[in-house]
Amino acid sequence: MTGFLIKRLLSLIPVFLAVSLVIFMIVHLVPGDPIENLLQIGSSPEQREIVAASYGLDKPLLLQYLIWLQKAFRGDLGEAIILRQPVAALIAQNLPHSLILGVSALTFSTLVGVTAGALAAIFRDSWVDRAVMATILLGSTIPSFWLGLLMILLFAVQLGWFPVSGAKTWSALVLPILTIGIAGVALVARVTRVSMGDVARRDFVIMLHAKGLPAWRIQLRHVLRHALLPVLTILSLRIGWILGGAVTVEYVFARPGLGTLLITSLNQRDYPVVQGCLLMLAMAVMLGTLLGDVLQAAMDPRLRERMR
Amino acid sequence: MGRLAPLSRILRTPRGALSAAVLLLIILCAVFAPWIAPFDYAAQKLSASYREPSMANWLGTDEFGRDLLSRIIFGARTSLTVGVTSIGLSVLAGMALGAAAGYFGGAFDRAVTIMVDLSWSFPEILLALILIAILGPGLTSTMIAIGVGHLAQFTRLTRAQIMSLKSETYVEATINMGAGHAHVLFRHLLPNAMAPVIVAGMLATGDAIILEATLGFFGLGAQPPTPSWGAMMSSGTAQIFIAPWIIIFPGLAIAATVISINLFGDSLIDALDIRQRLREA
Repeated sequence: MTGFLIKRLLSLIPVFLAVSLVIFMIVHLVPGDPIENLLQIGSSPEQREIVAASYGLDKPLLLQYLIWLQKAFRGDLGEAIILRQPVAALIAQNLPHSLILGVSALTFSTLVGVTAGALAAIFRDSWVDRAVMATILLGSTIPSFWLGLLMILLFAVQLGWFPVSGAKTWSALVLPILTIGIAGVALVARVTRVSMGDVARRDFVIMLHAKGLPAWRIQLRHVLRHALLPVLTILSLRIGWILGGAVTVEYVFARPGLGTLLITSLNQRDYPVVQGCLLMLAMAVMLGTLLGDVLQAAMDPRLRERMR
Repeated sequence: MGRLAPLSRILRTPRGALSAAVLLLIILCAVFAPWIAPFDYAAQKLSASYREPSMANWLGTDEFGRDLLSRIIFGARTSLTVGVTSIGLSVLAGMALGAAAGYFGGAFDRAVTIMVDLSWSFPEILLALILIAILGPGLTSTMIAIGVGHLAQFTRLTRAQIMSLKSETYVEATINMGAGHAHVLFRHLLPNAMAPVIVAGMLATGDAIILEATLGFFGLGAQPPTPSWGAMMSSGTAQIFIAPWIIIFPGLAIAATVISINLFGDSLIDALDIRQRLREA
């Protein structure tokens, strides 16, 4: 297991370098002078000098990248142009909100998705199955920001059950989680349903039926257990997508978080913040995928062997 | 019937016929928008802002008193143009890359595979935001962001098709009879590899429309006064209490378009019997 873990961690290094290089290049690729892109409007020549020196802007591009990366690792992501604060401080304020939302949405998607998918598979072709399938279609086709707005309209504006926006109370989490969750539930439920259908046709299940075990026990104790592996595979591949959904939904609910910070900064062209947020999000996706892989390997020894 | 047989098979199922009808309606709206829309989509009338849906303005008006129905009809143009252009170019580029990688193999194949895996591991919204950060907000950036975001999918799919076709006996026979690379690729491999890629492209157009709307909603896509379904909703969020129709109707337009694209694409998969080939990749 340790060997597997080390190997997976090492394989992330080139990915991280490639992505961070692209993110670093943003200030050089946008039209205009990179120093201007990193400075407040009306900055004095002295401030110019300071920024140019701290980023090493007179040095070759590759060296600049290494300086930037080294500073990033020390927690120095530069100064926000509009908000006039260290980017690292802004990220530290916003990250916990995103983490709470991401992790709860992921948990919700998994629990509800597996339950819904299992029910649909067990009661195949019944109204339960059709209801789940309809939700799956809706969940995978409705844009999540619109779903969020509809939730606000119904549950916050009309019924007044939850706050319209913000993150002051725990109840403000409910609608964002539901909004991200429906897409996640759709994904998990679809895979669970298909996977349980496949397992139910295997010989050992037929054998269990022949031995006279009650059908519900076969479904829950044997079929579901085997069917969970593909679900985990998909989840580990798609963790990033669920976290990416958080970016959109935070913005819709005007919740503080990395997504809201990123989109606001993109609109204001506050490049140091944009770079910091993108770097954090890319790392979150990479770590999420890694976590999924590790969980999968922990559950399936065959995978550990193959990856070695 | 011949080549049109799959189409008639789709239209005979209720799912296929209904989705085709809705899709056709939306396409007609987009093409004939100036003749269908009751008002000019950009005509402001501040005295008539936030009007409820009525006989004069069927779907109400927005904050500048512009007719929402007219803006939604013109918005279909933006959505479909962005969706079809970005995905169309992405499919062409993905086919070229995937076919070359799958057919010639070697170092080029390894390089392509690394790029595909790299972009595959990040959600498309994140890739899109990175590209928008570089290119700046706007519709052109949106199209590039969507196209690049889907490139990995089409490359991977084409490559898988070409790889499996390459080992077919008839292809080996053609090569042994002395056919050139171009002949084998363009006459034998690509025509047979195309169907799943095109259907995947059709389904991806739905995702593209959602992404365009999302970026528009963030203020990073279509810029005013271009009517875009996503951007329209973004202006409605401030007045969600008094004018919910600004949020409801453009969203319905997106949902109807994307759901009918998905259902039609799904019927197409059944009619062409390519579900297995799509799953393999």
